[in-house]
Amino acid sequence: MNIVTIILVVLVAFLAGMEGILDEFQFHQPLVACTLIGLVTGHLEAGVVLGGSLQMIALGWANIGAAVAPDAALASVASAIILVLGLEGKTGFTKGDISTAIAIAVPLAVAGLVLTMVVRTLAVPVVHIMDSAAEEGDYKKVELWHILAVVMQGLRIAIPAGALLFIPADVVQGALAAMPAWLTDGMAIGGGMVVAVGYAMVINMMATKEVWPFFAIGFVVAAITEITLIGLGVLGVALALIYLNLSKMGGTSGGGGGHGDPLDSILNDY
Amino acid sequence: MAEKIELTKKDRLSVAWRSTFIQGSWNYERMQNGGWCFAMIPAIKKLYKSKEDRSAALKRHLEFFNTHPYIASPILGVTLALEEDRANGAPVDDVAIQGVKVGMMGPLAGVGDPVFWFTVRPMLGALGASLAMGGSVLGPIIFFVAWNVIRWAFMWYTQEFGYRAGSKITEDLSGGLLQDVTKGASILGMFVLAALVQRWVSINFQPIVSRVQLDQGAYIEWDKIPMTGEGLQKAFEQVNSGLALSPIKVTSLQNNLDELIPGLVPLLLTLLCMWLLKKKVSPIVIILGLFVVGIVGHVIGLL
Repeated sequence: MNIVTIILVVLVAFLAGMEGILDEFQFHQPLVACTLIGLVTGHLEAGVVLGGSLQMIALGWANIGAAVAPDAALASVASAIILVLGLEGKTGFTKGDISTAIAIAVPLAVAGLVLTMVVRTLAVPVVHIMDSAAEEGDYKKVELWHILAVVMQGLRIAIPAGALLFIPADVVQGALAAMPAWLTDGMAIGGGMVVAVGYAMVINMMATKEVWPFFAIGFVVAAITEITLIGLGVLGVALALIYLNLSKMGGTSGGGGGHGDPLDSILNDY
Repeated sequence: MAEKIELTKKDRLSVAWRSTFIQGSWNYERMQNGGWCFAMIPAIKKLYKSKEDRSAALKRHLEFFNTHPYIASPILGVTLALEEDRANGAPVDDVAIQGVKVGMMGPLAGVGDPVFWFTVRPMLGALGASLAMGGSVLGPIIFFVAWNVIRWAFMWYTQEFGYRAGSKITEDLSGGLLQDVTKGASILGMFVLAALVQRWVSINFQPIVSRVQLDQGAYIEWDKIPMTGEGLQKAFEQVNSGLALSPIKVTSLQNNLDELIPGLVPLLLTLLCMWLLKKKVSPIVIILGLFVVGIVGHVIGLL
């Protein structure tokens, strides 16, 4: 790997690290981070496929309040780097390469979690410095320390990524090749199931008695493979609009208080 | 009478851009306070000229703050309006500003999480990922562009809405719109999630349930087909007319399950995960556990 590639990889890692806390541009999402690492190292397609597969697992990972989800940033960046190191000197990639990288990504997501918490704790003294700057009316200093805090989050991923790059490619390849087929195949199978965890997290957050029927409809309709995801999205929006409008028609409570079951009262009207 | 100080569109754009970094100095003590203050600085600079006023304003905006990062935008808009009034001499005190911030951040965060994290991102993510898994670079591009267009449009327009509505917005909060948005998002989210469970959670049970010798005439008799163009045509015609490819019909456990309800096992697995999560089992433990199940299941020939 030449120096330009190394700089670009570290830069991508830095962006992913910043985004891991900011959650704005989504550079930390596997779909984006793995693709970018693939792009700058010349393994674009492998990066895209890894990104897509990891994204499926990470769909439900979200930071809510003070809780921190498994760290998508470190998982994506580090597993993508390991993937491309393993592909160094080879052309193309196999399904096995991808599933091995995914299996590595999961423990990394946990490790990243610890790093995130460390940095969030380190940010406490930072805001105290901002306090004293505010006392002096020194807004430049407030800005500076805020930016330093973001940089700290970026380094959280950039440093481990940089360190990974200095492991020689043949060591990584040797380690990956030493993994027996039953292990990598088994991990691939596990990867197919792990997707369910992310969905379960999201469903747990959203599910109420009222919206479960829509889950049932979605499940049945999805078996019709001719309908694309976009088609399903359109159906979902339409159902939501119909439901909201109907529940207003039956609403005698006024102001949309939402007590009781609106559908029930509609049915009673008939 | 002193000239009225107004925040221009440029000032408001600057605040909106800076609010991108609202979580930058996220900390366990006051959470998004640093980022909030950072976002308010262009307005503070414009509105307050004396060192004392600036210091007071900076301190005022370093108080505890935490909400969904995009939902901070309408709150910033309202706060900008209040600060502008205050700078122009209106009796808006610290308590009023703090009250608006705290009063809005809780209920609004309850909208942001289901809408952005649990509906829009999983949907765009799944759309992008399904393209990406086929090796198409369009997947990541669609995800990235669509997300950021939606995000930026939301942040700018809700900040402007908050700025124009000023403190009146708090009255709107109790209105039905927010509830509708939240409920609509959950309906859409549940619908799409069910589809994702059905299509993307993959489990294949390998065990063979039955091997049935088919009747003559129900399968293609390959030894009677000459390896010529004509023969191939005949073979394909037979395939089209529904003849089996081999004389023995192999049915795996998976085939049986799929005939019953396609996607039943993924559904059960998802429900199991939900139950475990409710039992406070860490998602990390479940994820690692599933890898172990995958490896063990593969070794014993079940999966």
